[in-house]
Amino acid sequence: MTWGRVGALAIVVLALGMALGPTVAEAGLQPQPALDEFVPMDQVPPEDQLPAAPLLIAAYSLVWVCVFGYLWSIWRRMATVEREIAELSRRLSDR
Amino acid sequence: MNQRMFVVVGAAAVLMFAFAPLMIAWAPYESTMGLVQKVFYFHVPAWFVMFLAIFVSGIASAVHLAKDRPAADRLALSAAELATLFGAIGLITGPLWARKSWGVWWQWDARLTMAIILELIFVAYLLLRKYGGAGSDKLAAGLALFGMANVPFLYISVNVWRTIHPRTSVVPTLGPGMFGAFWWCVVAFLLLFVVVVAARTRLEEQRARVDDLHLALEDY
Repeated sequence: MTWGRVGALAIVVLALGMALGPTVAEAGLQPQPALDEFVPMDQVPPEDQLPAAPLLIAAYSLVWVCVFGYLWSIWRRMATVEREIAELSRRLSDR
Repeated sequence: MNQRMFVVVGAAAVLMFAFAPLMIAWAPYESTMGLVQKVFYFHVPAWFVMFLAIFVSGIASAVHLAKDRPAADRLALSAAELATLFGAIGLITGPLWARKSWGVWWQWDARLTMAIILELIFVAYLLLRKYGGAGSDKLAAGLALFGMANVPFLYISVNVWRTIHPRTSVVPTLGPGMFGAFWWCVVAFLLLFVVVVAARTRLEEQRARVDDLHLALEDY
């Protein structure tokens, strides 16, 4: 192999490296593809159980805090309005 | 909604929510996410009900703008408040699920960014109603219509843009164990929405009555 051919081969290898290098490097950084469906399984892996449980419990607890907090706020506002109606009705009937 | 219907729907909602944890516990684990995927059974119904509340608010706002009906405005306000509540539930449960399955609390992708913008639109609606003064009902009605127009884009965002959020194909392809638990929770959330929107609308009716009584007192 002549020095000219070695040089040409080196340039081709270098060009391919520059072209494909970033693509290969970025492939590792790509986000996971979105799921198309949920596939059921029988048992959750043991290493998955403890870290997930607090998040799951927090999620369901916060849902109930939001819902009951909102229901309580409606009840409180309704009680205030009912009191105001009773007071205004009394003042109106007094006149 | 009359009182009897209110009690029946409310009792049905309570019973369904009481049984929901069992349905969720019986549902199988998902193969890639495991236990934390069970957040799905409240997360997605909360978004479904938020979308429903937005459509109710938007349509009632359109009726109020076109025909100037106070009853439609009261319904629009009640539904907007519920849209904000259920949107907040979706935005709280989502990051708790994401932390385990994606490794991050939040990702600024198309779906999540559009979801928070939609929530902020309805927060703006409520702030406008509270502090906007005279005429804010018409301005807020326009905002509700704008929010409603965003819903289809938010729904299809996961199919159009590149995102790590699961696609809309997840729900139609649910397996038998997951399917029943999911739709059970959806119905429970829908019943809750019906009961609470009725109670919230009743509160607005009573507030209108207070205004009428104040006017009647001033007329004397």
